[in-house]
Amino acid sequence: MAKIQLNGKKITLKSGTSLSRLIKKYKMDEKKIAVELNGKIVSKTLLKNRILKNNDKVELVHFIGGG
Amino acid sequence: MVNLIKKDFLNLANKKLKSRLIVGTGKYKNLKETSKAIIASGADMVTVAIRRVNILDKKKPLLMDYIDPKKICYLPNTAGCFTSGEALRALRLAREMGGWKIVKLEVLGDKKTLYPDMLETIKSTKVLVKEGFKVLVYCTDDPIQAKKLEDVGATAIMPLASPIGSGLGIQNKTNISIIIKQSKVPVIVDAGLGTPSDATVAMEMGCDGVLVNSAIANAKNPLLMAKAFKHAVIAGREGFNAGRMKKKLFGEATSPTAKIFS
Repeated sequence: MAKIQLNGKKITLKSGTSLSRLIKKYKMDEKKIAVELNGKIVSKTLLKNRILKNNDKVELVHFIGGG
Repeated sequence: MVNLIKKDFLNLANKKLKSRLIVGTGKYKNLKETSKAIIASGADMVTVAIRRVNILDKKKPLLMDYIDPKKICYLPNTAGCFTSGEALRALRLAREMGGWKIVKLEVLGDKKTLYPDMLETIKSTKVLVKEGFKVLVYCTDDPIQAKKLEDVGATAIMPLASPIGSGLGIQNKTNISIIIKQSKVPVIVDAGLGTPSDATVAMEMGCDGVLVNSAIANAKNPLLMAKAFKHAVIAGREGFNAGRMKKKLFGEATSPTAKIFS
């Protein structure tokens, strides 16, 4: 088990969950978002390799309407 | 003779825009209305904000499902950022999202007036230019600050007409004129335009473009207002290109005065 923070919300994941897997779990398209892990941007090519561990902080962002 | 069909693109970092009207995508009733308003405005560039995904609502519609970034150029904007750090973070994320390099920088200094913090803005522009971004910069209507932004490599200068969302129109025409005159990069009036005629005035003064959001989204009929702004910007630009007549203190008859019968 890995207890992480996703967009400010505490969640628990199965051990060995990658960032890529997390994005799929929330039914998001990797092409339409950007990912930050512990304050650093994670390149899309590395999402599969990065396994989440306890206390990781993940931010998933996307474009919304704005002026 | 002026070639009436000459292409008159707005060139931003080698991105050629057919329309000189850039529109924002905020404040609309829903994404369907946003999409329709953009089409009605004829804009080929729209500002977008960068925010957290709502993980609690997996079915929430996405902007990209309504506005195709392959057809309409997204201009990621740091709206709502109050420090250089926040603004840089947002734009780096935008670049990661889809390679966006042409961006709009906005670093606000006060929650009430939404005036930009120029020290933070200039500092951020320097960093972004170094990182290869092409930065369109929201700024005060102060010619000195505008010149500083140009000197540190801004792609375009975006002075405010009046506070964001105020609809007050251009408050300092003299300053905007000085900025237009002194700038070698495009000048796009951003923020505070309230009516289509405000946009026409800006374009007649020689601005390269205008950015409008609230005036369209907050209109009783946003789609009709989007269309009105489209025409207003074209009218102002063509008026500017045509070259206005000289102002005179006294009257000058339109009809010939010779051979008047008596």
